[in-house]
Amino acid sequence: MDKGKYYKEIASGSKALKFNFKEVWQYKDLILLFVKRNFVSQYKQTILGPAWAIIQPLMTTIVFTFVFGNVAHLADCGAVPTFLFYMCGNVTWSYFSGCLTGTADTFIANSGTMGKVYFPRLCMPISTVLSRLISFGIQFAMFLIFLVIYLFIPGYVIQINPLALLAPLHILQMAMLGLGCGVIISSCTTKYRDLRFLVGFGVSLWMYGTPVAYSQRLFRGTILYHVVRFNPVTPVIEIMRYGFLGPEAGSVDWVSYGCSWVITVILLAWGVLLFNKVERTFMDTI
Amino acid sequence: MSTEILTIKHVSKEYRLGMIGGTSLKEELQRKRAAKKGLEDPTRKVTDTSVGRIGERFLALDDINLTVHQGERVGIIGHNGAGKSTLLKLISRITAPTTGSIAMNGRVASMLEVGTGFHHELTGRENIYMNGAILGMTKAEIDAKIEDIIDFSECRKFIDTPVKRYSSGMYVKLAFSVAAHLDAEIMIMDEVLAVGDVAFQRKCLNKMSHLAIDEGRTVLYVSHNMATIRQLCNRCIVLDHGKLIFDGDVEEAINNYYDVTPEVLNYHESAYNTNGFEGEKCRALSMKVNNDTGMEFVVNERIDFELRIGCSTALSDVLIQFVCKTGAANITGSAFTDQRVNLESGINILHGSMPLTHFTPGIYDCDMIVYWVNHDGAYVELDRFKNALTFSIAQSPEKYDGNYWWHRRWGFASYEDIAIYKD
Repeated sequence: MDKGKYYKEIASGSKALKFNFKEVWQYKDLILLFVKRNFVSQYKQTILGPAWAIIQPLMTTIVFTFVFGNVAHLADCGAVPTFLFYMCGNVTWSYFSGCLTGTADTFIANSGTMGKVYFPRLCMPISTVLSRLISFGIQFAMFLIFLVIYLFIPGYVIQINPLALLAPLHILQMAMLGLGCGVIISSCTTKYRDLRFLVGFGVSLWMYGTPVAYSQRLFRGTILYHVVRFNPVTPVIEIMRYGFLGPEAGSVDWVSYGCSWVITVILLAWGVLLFNKVERTFMDTI
Repeated sequence: MSTEILTIKHVSKEYRLGMIGGTSLKEELQRKRAAKKGLEDPTRKVTDTSVGRIGERFLALDDINLTVHQGERVGIIGHNGAGKSTLLKLISRITAPTTGSIAMNGRVASMLEVGTGFHHELTGRENIYMNGAILGMTKAEIDAKIEDIIDFSECRKFIDTPVKRYSSGMYVKLAFSVAAHLDAEIMIMDEVLAVGDVAFQRKCLNKMSHLAIDEGRTVLYVSHNMATIRQLCNRCIVLDHGKLIFDGDVEEAINNYYDVTPEVLNYHESAYNTNGFEGEKCRALSMKVNNDTGMEFVVNERIDFELRIGCSTALSDVLIQFVCKTGAANITGSAFTDQRVNLESGINILHGSMPLTHFTPGIYDCDMIVYWVNHDGAYVELDRFKNALTFSIAQSPEKYDGNYWWHRRWGFASYEDIAIYKD
């Protein structure tokens, strides 16, 4: 057979290492349409619409400020407003956790579509991550507005510094990490549904292992500090706080940050390869 | 011969029976360890005699070889479970083959279901983009064709309404229109035409034929509807229990398919009544067909039969009725004897001849009923002989301009031809 423009061969046996990035790129229009569909359908027939993207983290932040900040005194942020301290952590964390939980049931939630037509399966989780980016954008804009408001309130000290410019890199890293963990879980859940139950409370446990509700430096000198230090999300949130709110709110730990990137890249690579292996025959086992 | 576009070589697809999802992580680990040490699978059931480590296996497709050339319209037929849908799933890359390889020289558009990826909250127009993208078109390609798609779907008025407000017919029309306008070189359809009204079905078939003949697209079409297979395809393959048993001419393939259909297995030239003794006064004992052509007839032939009826007393003015049914046990009609007969005590032998005038092509089972009309004028059944006759009516090729009789739409009786003339 002459090998024409669209020649392809489907063979038995798994070629886990042969990943076709070019194909995913060919389907970029599909990814964008999925993003649009996810976003539009999420807020259809709601009165407040995308305002829900703001209300949710706003309420959580208020509760955190009251419970963990004012009652438990877990926010060690000096003259930085506790409210901003929690909002910064919450917004960043919720993007990560949203990416993770959203991609974790890719195969199960979309088995109807995927059982009828072929498209690179990775389009689905990628579009989930991108559509979460829209609500993250709205939430982050809300954070910036509050930041500006607090700048004009006397009594608070907020020192924005150049580390704030790392924010896009942090967002990219959260997307990669959330996608990596999510696709690993979704690949495993095609056969064992047990992991689905783990995701819900696993993510909230992970949050308590991440300095979202507290300052990392409160635990300095204990073994807990070192556990938290090598949590890949920790340095991201700490540096975000350091950059936007000043040295009093966060810390910069380059060793921890380096490890975080290494873990992110490994998890993403592993996830994509696993996903690539599973997607060929997942319809038989799901 | 034109260029090869799809080559399937030694493709098999194996499923494990009963084991999927039923294993625990512990069993999986035990099995892995055993495999490493070369031991027998410890989780295998003792009674399981099948070869292999894991559970029982089932071959949905068994060593399929097929080469399709550009522009061919291939029909795929076979009874339920023959592997038709599995084959289409492999070609459209929904799942991978267990062994063998499939090579293709073009993009594949699979329509295993209409409206895949439709979201009920989105409008018709948005769903065209969505569905088109899922089927592999880019936004620019859809932009160029969207007007054609809307026209073809006959839904222009509602195109900016969310599809959840659509009737199911409109939904299907819209979905098919997107699929029909794909730029793919290979189009795969799994009975998607079974939906929609007749006019739209015709339109779709014409569109598919047009794409294949004028634009050189290749079509693979699965259907149980032989009429559409005849209309669309120029080549046909028959699958049976995962094996490809016929490849070639459409008519021959359809005949072949009917041969593997279980309904035809019960041909018999003589039958004995094995029912319980229903009639007190008489009993139909056996039925023997005297035609030497076997049990296949064409319309207007006659079935000559010999019937034996045993009676306990002499009966006068007895009538006989044949109730004809199709394979699906739909009663299609009845035939009565032209005169009453008097039966004597003991065994009576009756000879009869049934004309097959208004029968349509197909397979029939006939129940024979012996009855009489009592003094009050009521119908009284004396005995019933179930499936006394089983025969098939073949279609004469010149009838209906070569179209196969379409029972679902044309009914079960073929009336006399209409006399027509022009002034």
